[in-house]
Amino acid sequence: MNLDFSVIPAYLDVVLLGAVWTIAITVAAALLSFVGGIILAVIALYAPLVVRLPFRLFAWLFMGTPLLLQLFLIYFGLVQIGIDLPAFVAGVVGLGLHFAVYNSELIQTSILAVDRGQMEAARTLGLSRGQALRKVVVPQAVRDVIPPIGNNMIALLKDSALVSVIGVSELTLSAQLAIGRTYRPFEFYLLAAVVYYVINLGMEAVQRRIERRIAAAR
Amino acid sequence: MTEPKPFVNIRNAQKSYGTLEVLKDISLQVARGEIVAIIGPSGSGKSTLLRAINDLDPLTGGEVWLEDTQINKKLPHRQYEKHINQVRQDIGMVFQHFNLFPHLSVRENVTLAPKLLKGLSDDAAEALAREQLDKVGLLDRIDYYPSRLSGGQKQRVAIARALAMKPKVMLFDEATSALDPELVEEVNLVMKKLAEEHMTMIIVTHEMGFAETVCDRVIFMDKGVVVEEGPPSKIFRNPDNERTQNFLRKHLANANR
Repeated sequence: MNLDFSVIPAYLDVVLLGAVWTIAITVAAALLSFVGGIILAVIALYAPLVVRLPFRLFAWLFMGTPLLLQLFLIYFGLVQIGIDLPAFVAGVVGLGLHFAVYNSELIQTSILAVDRGQMEAARTLGLSRGQALRKVVVPQAVRDVIPPIGNNMIALLKDSALVSVIGVSELTLSAQLAIGRTYRPFEFYLLAAVVYYVINLGMEAVQRRIERRIAAAR
Repeated sequence: MTEPKPFVNIRNAQKSYGTLEVLKDISLQVARGEIVAIIGPSGSGKSTLLRAINDLDPLTGGEVWLEDTQINKKLPHRQYEKHINQVRQDIGMVFQHFNLFPHLSVRENVTLAPKLLKGLSDDAAEALAREQLDKVGLLDRIDYYPSRLSGGQKQRVAIARALAMKPKVMLFDEATSALDPELVEEVNLVMKKLAEEHMTMIIVTHEMGFAETVCDRVIFMDKGVVVEEGPPSKIFRNPDNERTQNFLRKHLANANR
């Protein structure tokens, strides 16, 4: 066997900086996918047809094509029509919108599962449909959808490796950088895998805390 | 003596789902401060009629008025929404299954609508919540979430939530039907208290005893029509109509079983 883990310390800072970028991009994209998911869900369920249709098309596009292609389109393609996004922003937008579509499917189901009596009670108090959705229905739907959305966010973390191809020096690209200098792929890919796993554990811990807080408020 | 002008005025209410006629030309006037019970077998249309009053189940024909405002006005969508949201603030409604907002505390359940619709300050909302919860005897539960309340307590909070909008009329849709028998009385007591304060109330109920002691007038409905109406003493003790007699006989037999 020809493994040498002693090369790791010299490039640990490079890899860990990559991890910080991975966390940053994941958190930013997760927030976008969450808020975007709620908006898309409400549009899909309640907007008039003229608004709903283009969004439906948008959702099909994001679910039916590779994320990699979407990232290329956003980063390299949009420049041609004058939208020149920094790589990090393009990555966040691509990942965020992609997962917003997936989250929206979950949130739609969850909104429909909220008892009809909730909307009725809110409306009889004089709330408009928008107010009732915002204050009564959606908060309950979101509460119920936290566990499955957590799964999506773990998938988002893993797919964040794809933004390495548009030059964001996140964890995977940083590992590749170290490999380029040391010719030690096994060691550094393994290191990256371990770091991904640790971030993953951290995300699960955050999710458990959120779920506990929600449970306490029931 | 002239008839007092009706406070709630239902004129020729009709409601059908396809070929099924649920309400067949019903007219009903309720005076300010009057307490009316609507009784009848399930499927008689009594809940549909009640829900037509705040246009939750819009009528297919006829008119509903509250004082000088027609509730089910035909308006373009946007204007209608604005109109109905305004009108509904004056009409409190209490449901069989409470429909409390489970993600909000008791306090927030009561203050949500007043804060949102009347722009109440936090202090004013707090005072309002305390006043209304005190009225239903649940001030000590103000910080609780609905999941920690009994059915009777939930319904009392639902009443406080409706009262917080200072409605002109209260609608009760089988408010005690989902409750365990031992919890019915606490809700009935709150409703009696409202009656003593001369709240105008329209009550769909299966509780004949309650209807008899609290209500000024009883409406017996069957198959989408008002079969008989009158003071409780008349309807319960000496009804004219055979359908009323049959219904009450069956109901009493069930209640005593």
